[in-house]
Amino acid sequence: MKYEHDAQGYWKATLGLITKVLAIWFLCSFGAGILFADALNGISLGGYPLGFWFAHQGSMYIFVGLIFWYAKKMGDIDREFDVHED
Amino acid sequence: MDLQTTIYLVVGATFALYIGIAIWARAGSTSEFYAAGGSVPPVMNGMATAADWMSAASFISMAGLISNMGYGGGLFLMGWTGGYVLLACLLAPYLRKFGKFTVPQFIGDRFYSKSASTVAVVCLLTASLTYIIGQMTGVGVAFSRFLGVSSETGIYVGMAIVFAYAVFGGMKGITYTQVAQYIVLIIAYIIPAVFISIMLTGVPIPQLGLGATVSGTDVSMLTRLDQVVTDLGFGKYTTTTAGSTLNMFVYTMSLMIGTAGLPHVIMRFFTVPNVAAARASAGWALVFIALLYTTAPAVAAMAKLNLFGSVNSAVGIQNDPSGGLKVNPEVIKAKADLYAAEASLKYEARPDWMKRWEKTGLLKFEDKNGDGRIQYYNDKTKNPEAKAKADAAGWKGNELTVNADIVVLANPEIALLPNWVIALVAAGGLAAALSTAAGLLMAISAAISHDLVKGVFKPDISEKGELMAGKIAMAVSIVVAGYLGLNPPGFAAGTVALAFGIAASSLFPAIMMGIFSKKMNKEGAMAGMLAGLFITLFYVFAHKGIFFIKGTDYLGVIGGANSFFGITPEAFGGIGALVNFIVAFAVDKVTKEPPEHIQHMVEAVRIPRGSKAVDGAH
Repeated sequence: MKYEHDAQGYWKATLGLITKVLAIWFLCSFGAGILFADALNGISLGGYPLGFWFAHQGSMYIFVGLIFWYAKKMGDIDREFDVHED
Repeated sequence: MDLQTTIYLVVGATFALYIGIAIWARAGSTSEFYAAGGSVPPVMNGMATAADWMSAASFISMAGLISNMGYGGGLFLMGWTGGYVLLACLLAPYLRKFGKFTVPQFIGDRFYSKSASTVAVVCLLTASLTYIIGQMTGVGVAFSRFLGVSSETGIYVGMAIVFAYAVFGGMKGITYTQVAQYIVLIIAYIIPAVFISIMLTGVPIPQLGLGATVSGTDVSMLTRLDQVVTDLGFGKYTTTTAGSTLNMFVYTMSLMIGTAGLPHVIMRFFTVPNVAAARASAGWALVFIALLYTTAPAVAAMAKLNLFGSVNSAVGIQNDPSGGLKVNPEVIKAKADLYAAEASLKYEARPDWMKRWEKTGLLKFEDKNGDGRIQYYNDKTKNPEAKAKADAAGWKGNELTVNADIVVLANPEIALLPNWVIALVAAGGLAAALSTAAGLLMAISAAISHDLVKGVFKPDISEKGELMAGKIAMAVSIVVAGYLGLNPPGFAAGTVALAFGIAASSLFPAIMMGIFSKKMNKEGAMAGMLAGLFITLFYVFAHKGIFFIKGTDYLGVIGGANSFFGITPEAFGGIGALVNFIVAFAVDKVTKEPPEHIQHMVEAVRIPRGSKAVDGAH
């Protein structure tokens, strides 16, 4: 059934995108903001130690960008598999 | 015009605005009442979600907490914003496609079980009620401090206002009022921060000011703050964490998952026109939340430096007698001695804002060494250098205690900003508390009238009857919330951890598995929810007492405080969620798979096409 095949392809593409989004989400907050914060603090961004910046500023900017990027990409995938809303 | 009159005028004007909006947006149908008719554009829905999400705690307490905790406070910033990424890509679009009013309804339908839906209702009510007590108390505090009425009167007035727009307007009234409340609260938060950032660094954007150099020097603000606090025996501001790195990790995870699982936040995504709008809406919500959340760390660090500067002239940032703050670059460049006898502020010469806050008891001075000056430092320091200096200077202990909550509220007074700014901060604090209370009430009333009355007890109820039941449930919840706000149970402070713990350990995993695992059956989902909930309650109650009753804690059973790898009870929701997932998959493996029509339903939920207006049919 064609519908079945399309639905599977669509879901695979969706999961691929979500994996990418969550990888970035994890790296900027849990990675740069927490686990590697001490190491990154050796680098400074303006007057900010970099690890501290990720925890107090950077992660949040990245989250915002990430959601809009996800929404745009999902829109593309919706159209590619012809499952978008009218 | 004096300050009190200005506050009455500004707060009165905002209230008139909220009630005006409510009259304009009266709800006529159940769909308008629960989901604003699914007609709210994403940007507006984002603003309403932001107001809904940012409570009195975000507005008043968060910057103070960060100010105290330093770097470690970042867990609140990342945790309370990172949850929106999870919401946007794991829950919101699929729940919108599902097209029903409430979270328990999704769980009940997806897991083809009324018991599953009832478990979800119980989780939802516990999480929302514990959360709302804090909001009502916050309303009382804000009223009493700014309007000079008693905190009881404050709660009654607050109840009346929420009643007026939530009961008559439903989700539609609440949504549009929240848009107005967001605008009030964000302006109120940012204006004082901008003024203070300019005074300290000359940079008008607080987010950049935090990383800039102190005016007239080449020392960065954060470096100066680190120098001052470490010299006075505190941990370095930019690196200190309260617990272990593992605890910070799990705590952040708990807040993220909990945020994504809180029903009053999820409900917001039922109010947008379609699936694409649900995705964008999560992004807009985070834009509006981040506006406040990226300002908060600047407020926190600057307030901390100001406070030290106010009581110690060697910091190089002083209260200017003629108004505002004054940077003294020579003092900073010369690395003046913080322990010099004349550096500490004479108690008699303290600025007016300190006198005002002393009256509230939130700021206290005790002259331990009898020199008539205020010594503010860490007297329990492990830093031998700081200890030696303090001893040599004849300091006999820290003499100033400051409640973290005053950081945001006192900020405009410290910077001696005009009266209208202080009035605006009062209106902003009230807007934050009222908007969150209304959103929670909506979630509670929908759970009772829609999921319990219609879903379980009286499925044949007419739309009109259900609408009436919803309004009655809302009115009763307001009275209950008001009562609990007036007589806060002793455990109010500990309950926020519980609200997040429950949302993280029970609701989030169940919803996520309902969408992402086609084969997840009702046995697995229910076992998972109950296991996650139980283990989280077990750990929290071990620390704080069974249902927070004093004296019933049983730390001995689990082997002492934070015995699970040093994880604090506040952070345990993340572990609870993990247990939920593991148990659910284990039980799912050994029980039979869900019926075919449910698997088809999951397939349909995953695809945006065919989303229709939200309706409440069971």
